[in-house]
Parts: sequence; C-alpha cells; structure tokens
Amino acid sequence: MKFLCIDCDAQMEFFDRQEPGDGTFAAAFACPTCGRRVAMLANPMETHLVGSLGVTIGGNTLDQDPLHLVKSHVEGAEGKLAGHGRPAWTPESRSRLDRVPSFVRGMVMKIYNEWAMERGISEITPDVMDEARVDLGLEEM
Amino acid sequence: MRYRTYHDVPGKDRSQLAHQVAAQRARVTERLGAIDRVVAVMSGKGGVGKSYVASVLATAASEAGKAVGVLDADLNSPTVGRLLNAGPLNMTDVAMLPAVGDRGVRVVSSDLVLDEDAPLRWRGASSEEFVWRGTLEVGMLREFLADVEWGQLDLLVVDLPPGADAAKDLMTLIPSVAHGLVVTIPTEESRRSVARAIQAAQDVNMPLAGIVENMSAYHSPDRGEPGPLFDGDAGAALATEFDLPLLGRLPLRPGRSPADAVGDAPGLVDRVLERLL
Repeated sequence: MKFLCIDCDAQMEFFDRQEPGDGTFAAAFACPTCGRRVAMLANPMETHLVGSLGVTIGGNTLDQDPLHLVKSHVEGAEGKLAGHGRPAWTPESRSRLDRVPSFVRGMVMKIYNEWAMERGISEITPDVMDEARVDLGLEEM
Repeated sequence: MRYRTYHDVPGKDRSQLAHQVAAQRARVTERLGAIDRVVAVMSGKGGVGKSYVASVLATAASEAGKAVGVLDADLNSPTVGRLLNAGPLNMTDVAMLPAVGDRGVRVVSSDLVLDEDAPLRWRGASSEEFVWRGTLEVGMLREFLADVEWGQLDLLVVDLPPGADAAKDLMTLIPSVAHGLVVTIPTEESRRSVARAIQAAQDVNMPLAGIVENMSAYHSPDRGEPGPLFDGDAGAALATEFDLPLLGRLPLRPGRSPADAVGDAPGLVDRVLERLL
C-alpha cells in the first residue's frame, strides 16, 4: 500500500505506527514536499485479516520467531511451545517404550509424562522410567 | 484526474507484504531441500482412515531403514500424534523440533500444540471468522513445514484433511509434492467423494501414486476368517475410472496399532513404497 499526496503528486513517507486499542492498526505518513500528514486507520477485522497472513503489518521485519503465527493466533499454543509441555523422551527411553504392547503404550506414556511433569522433569530417560516405576508400583511396565 | 497505478509510483511499499509472503514461501522451499520425497495421503471423504494409512506407511518405511516424518495437516481433527504415540514438541531459538513417535518416526501435529481434547481455537476477532480462518490454517501448515527442523528425510508423509480442496492448498505451499496416495473405503459413497478429490488433485497436477482401499475386510477377534465390513468395491472402481493402480487393501483389525498393522496386508506397503521412493 502506498500513499500519494494528490496536490504534490509525491509518495508520502511513513513516520509512525501504533496499535491504539480495540484491534485498530494506525500508520501515519507525511508528504516530503508539503508536509501534509495523514493517518490510515485499519479496523480490527482488516487488521486481523492481514495479520492472518503471518506478515508484519506496517513494517518489513522478516526474521520472525519460529512458529510466530501459531504462537500468536492459536489458543494455548504459546505455553506448549515455550517448553512447558510434556517432557521429552530420549531415544533410549523411546526404544524401551516401544517394547510395551501397542494397545496400552499410549496410556503408559501418559503415566510417565504426568509423573515427570509433577516433578518438573523435562526429559524422560531410562533412569527416570525406573524411578517412576518404583514410585508408582509399576514394576511390570 | 486520473491517479497513477501502484506500480507507477516508484517508491518502496513500507510494509512490503508481497515481499514478506514471498520470503515465507522461500523458507518452505529451503526447509524442504533436505527432504527427498513429500507424499500426500488424501481422500475426499472423512473417516476412511487416512491417518491410519499414513501412520502404517510411515512406520513401515522407518522399519525399512528410511528417515521418515509425518506432518498431520488435519489441523481440526488431528490423530497422527496419538496413533504414533508421539512425544512432545520442543523449541529451539530458530526452529521447532518434531516429536518422536513409534519406530522413530518424526511427527508434527496440531494435537501437540493444543490443550488436551481442546478444539483448534483462533485468537482475535470472533465475528466473521470464516473470512480469515482459511488463511490462518494455510499459514499454520506453512509454519509446520518451514519452521520445523525436520532434518534429512527420505520421506515426509503429509496426512491431509478430508475435502476435495485439501490437495490444492498443499500444492500451493509445496509445488514439488512427489505423489498423492489416495485412500478410500469400499462403499459407493466413498467412491463418489474420492473421485471428486482425485479430479481436484489432477486439476493442480498432483501426480497420484495409486489407491489404497482401507477397511476392506473385518477381522473379528472372536472369529477366524475375515468378513466384509462394507458393501462395494470402490478401490477397484476408482482404479479403473482414473487409470491408477490399486496398490492394495488393508483390513480392519480392532485394537491394531499402525506399527503392528504393517503385516496385515502382505505386499501392500512394499508396493506403495516402491511407487513413492
């Protein structure tokens, strides 16, 4: 989008952007010749529609965080992607889990995940599995 | 007075939206440079077992020594994460790391970023959501492709949502999709729905590897012999109609995980992988 000063037939230059509230996006431009200033106000729906493209409105920043759009637009995603989700499984612990019969594997995984999350453990290793089994009385799993 | 056109005015566009969108596409292309083949598992009809077939295929390829990833593109009804018992996603400063599921298959699914059993809910203006929902869904898929450190893969299996237009959206993001793999169940209703999806895929020049007929028979845990589950012969009918190979039929065995189902249709996975790799 470009803004043209009709009187001067000159492209206006950007000088400010704001998000003043209610989802409105404001961008201000000035004519380099006569100094006339205008502000473009996008309504919340227009702002959201452009934002849904995953672009930076009113700017030209291309180096966004990974999963920028998912984090900013999907409810609950930011916490999950900030590392507060379920713990990671090492290849060794995954291999051990693969030996559990498939029809109960998901349930067993959930038990280990919950046990680890309650203790703030971010990674499930074979040692963690051993500790959990003893603690939960699940020596057969 | 006649105004000049956008391109007649030579100065730069401050927001550079077109440039930003092009840069997004370039990131997808760059990431896919480390992936040998992208295969879309598709069907026009819901409930035919696309995710199950995709998961069987992925675990079989992994067992065959291939590096495999699965992207669950069914954002509103994700199941692959659970089918493959995928662990959590993890973030680094520059990318998301895929979850690891059964047989070491790398998995990315919206299931892994949503709260337990919660639907996909978008933040922002709640009125007229239909206007921008589709754009956000394609954007989410784009980030699942471009912002994930998939690593070197022999095969990326994309599990598409039902609907004739799903293949079109994917081809917009990944024009280099190697193959579509069509899944149907035996019924006439499925045949009609899947036929539309095949034509939509052909409209965007997606090459199709062939057809898999899922739930072609039912193996009761109580009886020895498998019996039919549905009337119809949609797999063979579609193969004839579109001159595509019917790569095989997969029976329904209750409680069977994808990793354990590889042997349920002897030769099927080999034929599929032979077409894909």
